[in-house]
Amino acid sequence: MKNKNLISINDYSKEEMLRVLDLAEEFEKNPTQAILNGKVIATLFFEPSTRTRLSFESAVNRLGGKIIGFSDSSSSSATKGESLKDTIKTVSNYSDLIVMRHPIEGSARYASEVATVPVINAGDGANQHPTQTLLDLYSIRKTQDTLDNLNLFIVGDLKYGRTVHSLLMAMALFNATYYFISPKELSIPQEYKMFLDHLGLKYYEHTDFKDIISEADIMYVTRVQKERFSDPIEYEKTKNAYVLRNRMLQNTKSNLKILHPLPRVNEINTDVDDNAKAYYFTQALNGVYTRQAIISLILGLKN
Amino acid sequence: MDKDIKQLKVSAIKNGTVIDHIPAKNLFKVINILGLNRIDNQITFGTNLESKQLGIKAIVKISDKFFVDDEINRIALAAPQAKLNIIRNYKVEEKKKVIVPDEFTGIVKCVNPKCITNNDLVKPKFRVISKKDVSLKCHYCEKITDQEHMVFI
Repeated sequence: MKNKNLISINDYSKEEMLRVLDLAEEFEKNPTQAILNGKVIATLFFEPSTRTRLSFESAVNRLGGKIIGFSDSSSSSATKGESLKDTIKTVSNYSDLIVMRHPIEGSARYASEVATVPVINAGDGANQHPTQTLLDLYSIRKTQDTLDNLNLFIVGDLKYGRTVHSLLMAMALFNATYYFISPKELSIPQEYKMFLDHLGLKYYEHTDFKDIISEADIMYVTRVQKERFSDPIEYEKTKNAYVLRNRMLQNTKSNLKILHPLPRVNEINTDVDDNAKAYYFTQALNGVYTRQAIISLILGLKN
Repeated sequence: MDKDIKQLKVSAIKNGTVIDHIPAKNLFKVINILGLNRIDNQITFGTNLESKQLGIKAIVKISDKFFVDDEINRIALAAPQAKLNIIRNYKVEEKKKVIVPDEFTGIVKCVNPKCITNNDLVKPKFRVISKKDVSLKCHYCEKITDQEHMVFI
């Protein structure tokens, strides 16, 4: 995986994904190692993302690497009209690896084609965010001891959520059964259902999870954003159906874990936070180990 | 008898290429894709001709022009059923069908307004995921552009 870009989750084979997870496990046991000594990692965030950027920077810092970059395009030359190509070419000269977040879809793939160092996509608009998917897989495997044959509940905005689409694709390698729970306006797009049909994987679509939650091994909750609704009345009517509360977890499987890519607004009530089934904050911590694994594999420091 | 009338509609050429079975609505797309508006060869075309296969079709005859396969396969997106006759000395020397390529650059726009190819000086690039009702996956943003939404550059 040395020098291999990570732009889309589809860039990695099942074996490569599992290699990342195995290595992330090693980093969890020993997260502070000086293996990035003398390495410079560029974090180019053309749109703000506190969580992802800090997680990458924490991963690099704990491995002894140095960070250069910006956290917002207003502090880059993009405001002077510099093209993405020129920025990437220049930063390639200054760093060993580029981590990039950009609002334009496909920008990361393009950056990887003009860069002379490897590129990791930290989110390109609504398209891909592969390191999130790998940390989601890590969290699922860690809590279930397996990735195979799980009942995966995905709740919230299934139409626009990029983390949802990438997770769906990745879990298809492990024979998941999917339960899609969303308002009709934000249901899972046809192309993903065709993808699952093609593989012969089972999926169910629901507008409410109350009656089926007892089946869940993993419940992956995402934010339902008001601005996604064409009709604000529809939003008011449906929003409460997608809020998870502690009392709803009474008759659920003992191995159930609640995941959320964060930031959370109100779709998981804070009374869930102290339940042992709530896993979203640990999931965010797992992002550091997963990113340590990805960076050290791409730089050829581990294999 | 019928055959004679058909021939009268678009005059014969001595040497060159005849492209038949172009969907009438895509004639000018085909002309653009092949750059026929920028060459000096004699070109005759007919459009809104009756066709059993397509309803109405268009036909283009280009004198003294012989395309290489890569050039001609570019029109596959606009005219997947097109047939080519290579004419030498008024006779059909060879017949060819267009082949829909597996991958290509340019020709059509990505349907996604937020795609880098619609926001920067990046040429669109696609993988063909269905050859029947041609449908394309963007190399950059990974969104699907189907035949209905294809806009030719």
